Amino acid sequence: MIAEIGLAALWLAAALAVLQLVSGALTLRAGPGQTNPLAIYARPAAVVQAFLAVLAFLLLLRAFAVTDLSLKLVATNSHSMKPFIYKLTGTWGNHEGSMLLWVGVLAASGGMLAAFERRLPERTMAATLAVQGFVALGFYAFLLLSSNPFERLAVPAAEGNGLNPLLQDIGLAIHPPTLYAGYVGLSVAFSLAMGALLTREVNPAFARVMRPWVLGAWVLLTLGITAGSYWAYYELGWGGWWFWDPVENASLMPWLAATALMHSVSVLAARDALRTWTIMLGVLAFSMSMLGTFLVRSGVLTSVHAFAVDPERGAFILGLLGLYIGGALTIFALRAGAVAEGKRFAAASREGALVFNNVMLSAILAIVLLGTLYPLLTEAFDVRVSVGPPYFNPAGAIFAVPMLLVMAVGPLLRWKSDKPARIQFELALIAALVIGVIALVSFFGQFPLLPLLGLGLAAALGVAAFLPLRGRTLARVPVATWGMVIAHFGIAVSLFGMACEGAFSEERLAAVAPGGTEQIGDFAVTLEAVTPIAGPNWTAMEARLAVRQNGGEPVILTPQARSFWSPPQSTSESALLTKWNGQLYAVIGNQAEDGRWQVRVWWKPFVTFIWYGGLLIGLGGILSIVGRMRVDLKRRAASTMGAQRRADVEALGAAAPQPAE
Amino acid sequence: MIRWLFAVLLTVLALPLAAQDSMPPAPYAYNQLADPRLEAEASALMHTLRCLKCQSQSIADSDAPMAGDMRHQVRARILAGESPEAIRRWLIARYGDYVSYEPEVSSTTWPLFAVPLLVILIVAGVLLRRLGKRRSDGDDAGAAA
Repeated sequence: MIAEIGLAALWLAAALAVLQLVSGALTLRAGPGQTNPLAIYARPAAVVQAFLAVLAFLLLLRAFAVTDLSLKLVATNSHSMKPFIYKLTGTWGNHEGSMLLWVGVLAASGGMLAAFERRLPERTMAATLAVQGFVALGFYAFLLLSSNPFERLAVPAAEGNGLNPLLQDIGLAIHPPTLYAGYVGLSVAFSLAMGALLTREVNPAFARVMRPWVLGAWVLLTLGITAGSYWAYYELGWGGWWFWDPVENASLMPWLAATALMHSVSVLAARDALRTWTIMLGVLAFSMSMLGTFLVRSGVLTSVHAFAVDPERGAFILGLLGLYIGGALTIFALRAGAVAEGKRFAAASREGALVFNNVMLSAILAIVLLGTLYPLLTEAFDVRVSVGPPYFNPAGAIFAVPMLLVMAVGPLLRWKSDKPARIQFELALIAALVIGVIALVSFFGQFPLLPLLGLGLAAALGVAAFLPLRGRTLARVPVATWGMVIAHFGIAVSLFGMACEGAFSEERLAAVAPGGTEQIGDFAVTLEAVTPIAGPNWTAMEARLAVRQNGGEPVILTPQARSFWSPPQSTSESALLTKWNGQLYAVIGNQAEDGRWQVRVWWKPFVTFIWYGGLLIGLGGILSIVGRMRVDLKRRAASTMGAQRRADVEALGAAAPQPAE
Repeated sequence: MIRWLFAVLLTVLALPLAAQDSMPPAPYAYNQLADPRLEAEASALMHTLRCLKCQSQSIADSDAPMAGDMRHQVRARILAGESPEAIRRWLIARYGDYVSYEPEVSSTTWPLFAVPLLVILIVAGVLLRRLGKRRSDGDDAGAAA
């Protein structure tokens, strides 16, 4: 019964999406001064729809929590013996459940927009809600027609098949929901952009409405990618943190577009420039979200993440993708001419730097898109090509290096027009840091070019991030500016971590007999014993590694080689020793015939900075949202007070004779 | 092309693969070369070779038995004095372009190199158009609409 309620809620939500679409569209068609009787339904439809979609998701969550084996989805993806937390997270560890989460977040963000956004002109809001309803409708159709999560089995299964052991990790609780919320947050940016374009309201007021959504989605994407990268790093057992895997790229591409969009929308809000850019990037960002969903959900990829293979679904999402992107681009082409470019500015200005970086971000996006899609394209013609790090790293760096350099300088420039000579001290400092650090590091050894460049840039960016604060009273710096400073500093921190990992990592692979010791960096790693242990749904061989740094007190690490029995699969559980300046990463492999054990140990200096940087970037984004919201609220309060006062004065003026002046 | 490739792949791999899971891994699958310089060479090469049995992993990142065998091949050949590029060519001749993550310019991969050049040109064009022209200060004529 519970499952049927969930299904009914989904159908009702789909019907409300139709109402939202119709109501919004009719509002648009009504002439000035007229009101359509159906117009009042758009907002309530969005809100109720949000409740229904979230309800459907919660009911599926319940089915997984109690392992309701009469549901096909639960029986194929869960297991009664699985730890409770993984039963819950397993709800979205499969195709149907993750699409329901997607749709739930989509409806929830549409509902929030409808319930709380009162700043936009009513017509723009109606158009936005119509677009949001149209997008939601497509995904409801996808869910209901080709991926029903509430399908029953004729005969309930005796036991479930279990969840892929790689996914039985706390990472699954964090990574997909955060990422999805980010993906889908961009749908609101998309709808707002379309709404503003349709009603010709592309202006700073619109940008101020759009900005928190873009920032919010961007923060969630940042945190989702950071979490996913760390999860892959400790879970896959070989110490890699980014593989340029198509699914990773699917999350990186919306992030790149959102980063560009966020900067562009700030320029629009502050300076009324870059109007068409902002709209274009709004379309691009959500297109990349949908493309990401298509790549991951259609099974078109063969990769560690793609746990769903079904061509029918792929064709469905591809159809939706074509419909929405094609439709948006058509509207854009028809209306872009009507949107003026906005205020002009000189090349050497903050807008100029932001345009440069937006173009660079788009170029990196183009490279990632090409490298991700090209192998799929050639595969259709029976030619298999691999595109990996040796391609993405240098091709991306061509654009990333100039972008990072401009990023260091951009915040120091003034709006509209500036003279580079005004900031010559800062320019010299940045150049000196890049060159100095590269020279210093090359003096100590031979390192690959990209990590070397990364170290130089990281040092310069780390200092440059704080230069906008120079000469200002720190207590009076706006919160949003702190957000920018911290986010830019986070980029430097992350880059430093990546470069150090690339340049200075040490690796030790060896067959070790119990009692044997291996040396890596400053660490002596002794294999004390290997013992079998059992968990709730796995058995494992657990190694006791005693790690001594420079002959100091030993720290015990316990990496495991786990064997899950449903589904039968082995995984390596790495053990990490985190120091302030890096991580020791240890994995135990199989036993050789002579009784020795394969042990893999890495010392990765400052590798943790990659993710600390990601967290800082997210924190910067959150500070920006808070700062902007506070300013907006204050401004609104001030303008209401002003209006009140003017009305009072007028009322007085009407009653009393004109004051002598 | 793919058909003969698969035929080659199957004939070369079928027998050893069938036996692989029960066989102990080859000596250099999980052991490093003694010479750190040679090991660095081998490791750099291994990171750019695809594990054919895995999904989007290099042979340096995989527990699959076949990746272990390929690591052994790479290390053994580096130790025997072969250059990394020669080993890559040998593997490509054996398994096809698919094995190498480092695409080379060929009749099937040229767009991978042409498009970035095109992107550079487009980027230059867009930047010149947006930023190149000297804009007179305070010219807000276009912003009226």
